[in-house]
Amino acid sequence: MIKDLLSATVLIGIISSGIRLATPYLYASIGEMFGQRSGVLNLGVEGQMLLGSFVAYYVVLKTGNLGLAMLATIAVGALMGLAMGFVTIKLQATQGIAGIGFYLFGMGMSNLLFQKLIGVVENINGFPTLKIPLLGDIPVIGEIFFRQNLLVYLAFLLVPVAWFVLNKTTLGLKIRAVGENPEAADSLGVSVTRIRYFTVTLGGILSSIAGAALSIALLNVFQQNMTAGQGFIAVALVYFGSWKPNGILTGALLFSMVNALQLWIQVLGIPIASELAVMMPYILTIVVLTLSLKKGKGPSALTKAFEREG
Amino acid sequence: MNKLFRMLSIVLIAILALSACTAAPAQPEEPVVGDEPLRIAIVTPSNINDLAFSQSISDAMIALQGELGKDKIEYVYSENMFVVDDAAAAIRSYAQQGYDIILAHGSQYGSSVQEIAPDFPDTVFAWGTTVDTFGQSNIHAYEAASDQGGFVNGVMAALLTKTKVIGVVGPIETGDAKLYIDGFVAGVKSVDPTIDVRVTYIGSFSDVALAAEAATTHLSAGADVLTGSAQMVIGAIGKAQEAGAYWFGTQADQTSFAPDVVVASQVYHWEVILKEILKMKAEGVLGGVEFAANLENGGQVIKINPDIPIPEGVKEKANEVIQGIIDGSITIP
Repeated sequence: MIKDLLSATVLIGIISSGIRLATPYLYASIGEMFGQRSGVLNLGVEGQMLLGSFVAYYVVLKTGNLGLAMLATIAVGALMGLAMGFVTIKLQATQGIAGIGFYLFGMGMSNLLFQKLIGVVENINGFPTLKIPLLGDIPVIGEIFFRQNLLVYLAFLLVPVAWFVLNKTTLGLKIRAVGENPEAADSLGVSVTRIRYFTVTLGGILSSIAGAALSIALLNVFQQNMTAGQGFIAVALVYFGSWKPNGILTGALLFSMVNALQLWIQVLGIPIASELAVMMPYILTIVVLTLSLKKGKGPSALTKAFEREG
Repeated sequence: MNKLFRMLSIVLIAILALSACTAAPAQPEEPVVGDEPLRIAIVTPSNINDLAFSQSISDAMIALQGELGKDKIEYVYSENMFVVDDAAAAIRSYAQQGYDIILAHGSQYGSSVQEIAPDFPDTVFAWGTTVDTFGQSNIHAYEAASDQGGFVNGVMAALLTKTKVIGVVGPIETGDAKLYIDGFVAGVKSVDPTIDVRVTYIGSFSDVALAAEAATTHLSAGADVLTGSAQMVIGAIGKAQEAGAYWFGTQADQTSFAPDVVVASQVYHWEVILKEILKMKAEGVLGGVEFAANLENGGQVIKINPDIPIPEGVKEKANEVIQGIIDGSITIP
């Protein structure tokens, strides 16, 4: 039975499941990373994901227009991000507590809207599988990587883009400066407030898209509380990835593939209790977090509100 | 004065009761319901449109109202009470508001009911799915023999699989889901012990994405018939539909969600038990009984999708097995 795990079907299965499961984490974690690199911890990712996934689903259900759904999702995410920014940057509320508040708000609001506007669980036609010409015909590799939907491709494209913005642009430099030493950045004429509003809003948009990736691309359905804690895993993955896009990519893929692996272990009947199998990705996360936190160090100004002196 | 008033009221009530009896004799099977509407409050863990466990009790209330009349039954509900403390607060508040019957529809609410019920001795509490009444005189317990429906679904699944591989997407290995899945596996094996039934538990009742991946994994491992329990299975049904694999449902009729692939759903009709509870209340019994919804008392029904094209004989075999379970000639191991 153990050697069944090494067959081609299983390996292809694990990698392609892993890619799909990792997609929402990539959006949400990279959004969260921008916020944290500028000094804002947002624990409301889960709520932003839920509201984003509901809005995208609702627009597709009513209009069938995927582009419109994405616009609505982006708008809702931006609003949630701006609100989080207002509470933590302008009003200087404790970031952790404010984030929990936004999580509860997003969850409650998506529940309420679902019940009032829809009420019945229904299928929709979301983003179809988009086979990349030529590349999609390569055996094995084509099947795994080049026969996914648009939001999956964009999620993986986001990783190098985020790396470039963070490390090779003036904006990225400002974000990092604000997160490490806001006083110094401020004295050099960088607006700490404006940068933080920008990153938190961007984080809201990306979390919202993470939710939409579930409801209108991967699953094509909405159910209350359907993100099931993924928003919190996304926050953990930022630490896991030492606040770097490639680290987050590694973490998201590792977590998702171990999750896919444990499903295969159960399907192939390898005698491990299901309770232990489902714990595998979480145990792995804890172990890696413990090891990585020793070497990596987060942004110095993380969770600290900034108030201009004088 | 006070004494006179009390005596007068007793006489008046007696006259009213007598006239009610003579004017409209209650049918033998119908619970006795007075002129005042009965007020029932329900607390459910998820949303009452979840196509699963919570919806089953809501559907039962609608059926009960339809049967006895909207003027006889009034009901309210608190849904999405997955936080047990919130549920306990709702249960207590309904009791304080004087609801006649309070249904705590979730096995996680047991300790809350146990704690609250003694403070309201005139209120009927019922909770499920369980068999434990805590020995209290105003707590009923109810459960579903979902292994029976699971067995029937399993028999049909065994007759439909061509690859001889069947996949099961379960939530957490406990309670109603485990009962259903164990029954399903036994049903498959009763037809053909060589069929490979692969069971996965994903460790969550709400992770739709993981349920979808579990279904995808079963399908790539060769399964052509799937089943599963709890509200997150909508992710799995979606993948079954994409792949054209048969799906067997439980807890609610899932045909409307994927009419091309849902073969049959085990549906609970809790109203059968609610009617019993109402009848007992009219007789002055407020609790202490363990109820079970099963194929025999109609608390459980197998709804076969009328439009699904399946080979001749499968539905007939299912009906045969249902009869066998009812008359006792088939026992589920």
